[in-house]
Formats: sequence, C-alpha cells, structure tokens
Amino acid sequence: MSLLAIEDLTVALPKGADRQHALTRVSLSIEAGEILCVVGESGSGKSVTATTIMRLMAPGVRVESGRVMLGETDLASLPDEALRRLRGSRIAMVFQEPMTALNPLMAVGDQLAEMWRTHTELAADAIAARSLAALKEVALPDPEGALRAYPHELSGGQRQRVMIAMALALEPELLICDEPTTALDVTTQAQILTLIRELQQRRGTAVLFITHDFGVVAEIADRVAVMQQGVVVEQGSAEQVLTAPVHEYTRRLLAAVPGLRAPPPREISPEAVLEISNLQKTYRPAGIFRRRRAARALDGVSVTLRRGSTLGIVGESGSGKSTLARCAVGLLGFDGGEIRIAGSPLPRARQAAAHLVQMVFQDPYASLNPRRKVGDQVAQGPIAAGTARAQAMAEAAELFALVGLEPSALTRFPHEFSGGQRQRIGIARALAMKPEVLVADEPVSALDVSVQAQVLELLRGLQARLGLSILFITHDLRVAAQLCDEVAVMQNGLVVEAGTIGQVFEHPSHAYTQSLLAAVPGRGMLGG
Amino acid sequence: MRRALAAYARNPAALLGAVLVLMVLGMGLAAPLLFPQDPLGLAGRPLQWPGANPRFPLGTDPSGRDIMAQLFHGARVSLLIGFVATLVASAIGIAIGAVAGFYGGWVDTLLMRVTEAFQTLPNFLLLLVLVAVFGSHINTVTIAIGLVSWPPVARLTRAEFLTLRTREFVSAARVQGLGDIHLMLREVLPNALPPVIVYASVVMAVAILLESALAFLQLSDPNVPSWGNLIGLGRNVLRVEWYVSAIPGVAILLTILGVSLMGQGLNDALNPRITGK
Repeated sequence: MSLLAIEDLTVALPKGADRQHALTRVSLSIEAGEILCVVGESGSGKSVTATTIMRLMAPGVRVESGRVMLGETDLASLPDEALRRLRGSRIAMVFQEPMTALNPLMAVGDQLAEMWRTHTELAADAIAARSLAALKEVALPDPEGALRAYPHELSGGQRQRVMIAMALALEPELLICDEPTTALDVTTQAQILTLIRELQQRRGTAVLFITHDFGVVAEIADRVAVMQQGVVVEQGSAEQVLTAPVHEYTRRLLAAVPGLRAPPPREISPEAVLEISNLQKTYRPAGIFRRRRAARALDGVSVTLRRGSTLGIVGESGSGKSTLARCAVGLLGFDGGEIRIAGSPLPRARQAAAHLVQMVFQDPYASLNPRRKVGDQVAQGPIAAGTARAQAMAEAAELFALVGLEPSALTRFPHEFSGGQRQRIGIARALAMKPEVLVADEPVSALDVSVQAQVLELLRGLQARLGLSILFITHDLRVAAQLCDEVAVMQNGLVVEAGTIGQVFEHPSHAYTQSLLAAVPGRGMLGG
Repeated sequence: MRRALAAYARNPAALLGAVLVLMVLGMGLAAPLLFPQDPLGLAGRPLQWPGANPRFPLGTDPSGRDIMAQLFHGARVSLLIGFVATLVASAIGIAIGAVAGFYGGWVDTLLMRVTEAFQTLPNFLLLLVLVAVFGSHINTVTIAIGLVSWPPVARLTRAEFLTLRTREFVSAARVQGLGDIHLMLREVLPNALPPVIVYASVVMAVAILLESALAFLQLSDPNVPSWGNLIGLGRNVLRVEWYVSAIPGVAILLTILGVSLMGQGLNDALNPRITGK
C-alpha cells in the first residue's frame, strides 16, 4: 500500500477565479522512500496539490470530493485539530522562499526547537542536543553558531538548509517540497538537491517535490507527474517521462527546455556599440551612523558589446550583473571607469540617454504601472522627447504588432495581460525610443518555460529584423546559450571569463565557469 | 475601480456610513428650502423643549432661535469645513510627503524634521494660536484646521512614495527619459493615493470635531450656524435644558460615525488583499 494516496481529488476555486476547479480528479500515490516530482507551469495546480495535503489552501479554496489517504487516515476529512498534530510530525513541508519562511525576530535555534517543544515532551537539554544534531545533518558550516544566528545572518542556501532541518526534525514519513530551490542560485540549488536526495535515502522518507523546472526533475525524481490546468496528464518513471513522453503537453514542455549547446556562431560586426571599461561601483550605506560596511559591487568590469549582437552577462546573485545593467542605462551612477555608447560617453541627462539605451526589466508584473493604459506607457517616452501624441500612438500600435500583440490592446490596463504578454509590452516600450543598445535584465526568468521560449524567439527575431544590440543579463546558462553570441561570466564584481558562447560553454577555462556549468540541473538526462 | 465599488457595496457597515453621510449632505442641501429664514434670527420664545411647540419640533435655544433650522444649516457648515479643511491638509501633506519620499536623502530629512516639528505641537493648541492671531472668520478657521492636520498625511504619502519609487515601472519611465514631475504625478502618485484617500476620511472627521471644539470655547465664527456654536450656546443651560447641546452633539456623533465607517469601508474596498476574502 502506498504511503500517500490521493484519490480522485477535486478542489474548487472561489467564485470569480479563472476556472472552476483548481484540481480535477487528481490521483497520485507516493511509496515510502520515493521522490515524486509534480511538474507543471504556473496555474497547473501543482502547488494547490501540496497545500491541499497540508490544508494550507488560500481562503475560498476547498476540497469538493476525493480523498487524501496518509496510511489509513483521510487527511481531507480530518478535523483541524487532528490535522494540526500530523503537520510537522508525520508530514512536513519546505517552502519556496527561504527569506520569508523563517521568523526574522527569532534565533534559528529557537525556531528549530519549537518543533520538539510543540510535538514532544522532551527536556530542554535534549531538545538543544537534537537541534544541533539536526543542523549538523543538513551540513551547515558552524552548526553551533547557526543555532544562535538570526535568519538575516544566513545566506539563502543556509536558510533553506535550516528549513529542511526543521521539516525533518520529527522524522516525518512524508516531506513536501514546494519549489524549494527556485529562489536559489544554480550552484546552491545543486547542493540542496543533493542534500534532499541524501537525507531522503538515509531515512526512507517519501518526498513530494513540486517544481516547474525539468532540469530539477531530471536531477531528483524517481517518478514524475505532469500537471496541466488541474489535471494530471501524464505520470510514470522519471526516465520514461523525460525521454519518451507520451502526452502532447509533456512533449511541448520538454521541447521548450532550452539546450545548453550554443547554436553555430554568427558573423558579428567588429564595430563596438557599447564599451564598458574598468567600471567600478561601491554601495555605501547612507546616514550618519554608517554601521554596514561598503559593498563593492563592480570591481573594474570591462566588456564590449558589438553592433547587432548579443552579449550575455551570466553569474549568480551578488555577482554584480544587475548593478552593471543599471549602470549601463544610467539608473545608477558609478564611481570609476567609463561607459561609451556608439563612441561617446553615456550622457547624464535622462532625455539624451533614453535614445541611446533602453531596458527590459525582470518582473513583468512590477515593470508596468498598474493604473495606466499600456499604450500610454509605451508612447510616453517618445512624447516626452517631442513626438506628437498621435504619431507616438501610431508608432506604439506598429510596435505592438511587431512584438505579437493586437494593436487594439493599447487602450487596456496591465492586469488584462498575461506575464508573457506583459513582457512583450515591456520590449515594445524599450523599442519605442529606437535605442542603440537594449539592456535586458533577466527578462525571461519570471516566465514559464514555454512562454520563455516564445519571448526568446521574439528577441531573436527582432534582432534579425532591426539589427538590435542586446546586453543580456541572466543567471540561467540554458537561456544564455539560446540567445547570446558572446558571454561574460561574472563573480564578485569581476569578469572571470569572457568569449564567444561556444568557446566558453564548451571549453570553460575558469574554475567558477566550470562549476556553474556543472551545476546546471538535468544535464545528464535532458542533454547538454 | 468597479471591483472596489462592488466590494464596498457588499460591506454593510460601509453602506451605513455612506447613508449617514448622504443624510447629512441631504440636510445641508435641503436647508435653504425647508428653512428659508435666517437660522440665526429670532424665531420664538427661548428655551422651548422639543415637542412643546409644533412650530419648533426640536425646540429653541437660549436666544429663541429654531434648533431644527440651525441643525439643517449647520450641516452645510460642518460638511463644508470638513471638506475644505481636508482638501487643504491633503494638498499640503501630499506635496510635502511626495517630495520627501521621492527624493529621499537630505530633502527627506529636512522635510520630515519640519513635519515632526508640527507634530510635536498639540494640534488644538496650534489651532487656538492661529485663530487668536488671524481671527475667527469661518474661512480663517477652516484653513487653520487644514494647516494643523497635514503632518500625518505627509508621513503616509512619504512612506508610500519611498516604497513605490524603487518599483520597476518607475525605473522604466526614468529610463524612457521622463522628468521627475512626470514620475511623481503620473507614475507614483496614482499608486500611492488609495491609503491617503482612506486617511482623508479621518482628517475630515477630526476637522469637524476641531471646529466644534473651537465653537464650544466660543472661538469659532459666531455668525454662522455651526453645530459647534449651538453646543457652545447650550453650555450655560446644560443642567436643565440639556437638549440644546445634546441635539447637535448627536448630529456630530452620527456624522463622524458615518465618515469613519466610510473611510473604513474604502480601506477594505481599496485593499486588494482584504477584498479577496
């Protein structure tokens, strides 16, 4: 008999949602000692599956029919108080965002100890000993120090280790991981995945692993269930689903996962359109009492973008790649070095700089003003620069057609668009100024993999048609391989390696580049 | 917007608030039709109890004026004072808060220290000083009330601007080459406004109370029939003819209750996280 069996589970969404049911007759089972990956795009119902097991659904979401059997117990019909006792002791959960999942005002040791204080009768010193052992088990450096530390003193990966220690504290039979590595850097992600794998094998825990990333699936899954619109469309062993998918949707998703192999190199014009030389930027804390020390974000960075090509800047969080992007568009001042666009220094005046360089932002939900029509937001730049309103709107309509949107969408508000459409609007807004250089700061990292592929395709097409020069910031090496002609790898404010994408990805010379490439999930099964 | 209106209409307390405010508004609008004579003119024998004389359903005050007429005309005065004073306070508060929050740094430090200087003075004392210096004409009183009520609006606006100015859509407009005025007025302000609108209802309620308190001390304009003046008149006969003060007191209570409920309702309706439930 399975450890967890979800039988014909139908979960209703509140009235007015985009569909009636979050889950429609979902059946899944997990054996002891097995990792089941539930994979799907946003809105597929994969997270609702996890929260329904734990009864942590958003208000208004409720189970309509079906059972959630943990051994002999039906979790779906259990009274709240009985379920509360099961949480943490028999089922535990690790959340996506390690930054917000820990209480910032409580020391890590106290939060960890709460698990035993709540669920067991252990004495204080026994709890302290167990807390220490738990942190040792998740391989935190300096576990004694970590017990006394507050969450903000730990890195994201360390916090996620603490969350895993907390989840496993009472030796639950089932561990639910809801996108536990999505917020982490790729090398940290690889470490956390290994950790979960090891702990799970050592203890025989069953793991329900929710993810959107097929690379992660390939790394960790024993079995895979693919969800679409609240329905499980395909399930089977990891090997079978990833290499011989049956359902059309699975095939489409897998085809959208970008490969790591760069396309054959193109002819690149020798003319440099953006030259950044020896750029330095230090963040100095403001205020009279400078308690924090100054952080050096860019430590002499030099890169060159050639006309009509794409230069990828890759690196992990804290490498300085976003700072570089913000300096290049004039959003941030810099301390030393030079930025030259088309031969002359980047002007300080906003108006003048706007015609030279434009930016596509990361978060399609935050980068459009929710209270203004999208057409106005696209046309406002040219209008401020002196273009007549009617002409600016006509140009905006042309741009909308160019990026694959209906020109009639100009008069709508941002909330009427999907994430991918919003990113298209963001691209249209940047192109409206007819810039020499387009800086794209993680433009696809907030998008589902199939939408990601479409937006990348759009950027490639626009580059071919308009001869765009793109400075492309990304943490995702697969995405970089799709679009970039050249690439610069950044670490701690320095470019450690640069060259054509084929050369860097196939023959990385720097140890950091090698470790980044090695950490890309799913290389073995999905292909490099 | 339509979603916010629907959310508001589902909230019974908020609807009650709207009904109360509309009633007071209706009283103010109907006053010149129902009571065309000067409400401050002599109407009959002083201090008649409510119901004693069918001509004066709510009785007469110590000067022999019709309380009902004063109540209706007073609704206009109280609402007008509340509205104009709120406008004055919001205009000053939003301007100062927007500049402080948008620019940050020393501009913020300077403007916030000025704001704190105003906040450390009890606003009623400051109001007394202003009225003592500039006189107690109804216009002066109204503007003075606005002048003492802006600091919380400024702080609230500043807090909103501080978080909104770092949002990507503001950066995007900046990269498009748009000026600071555009960024503040078109990008940030519309997003910062909902909590400020909600707080404006508090300012309005307090403004009405402040005027009543001034009038009770007989420092407000004696030539307008405000509710506060009526309460002030009743002060000397409070132990026997208590209705003179009590009737306008109840009117003030209901108005402020209405305005506050409306503010709370707006808060719930404009806050998407609460609307979802």
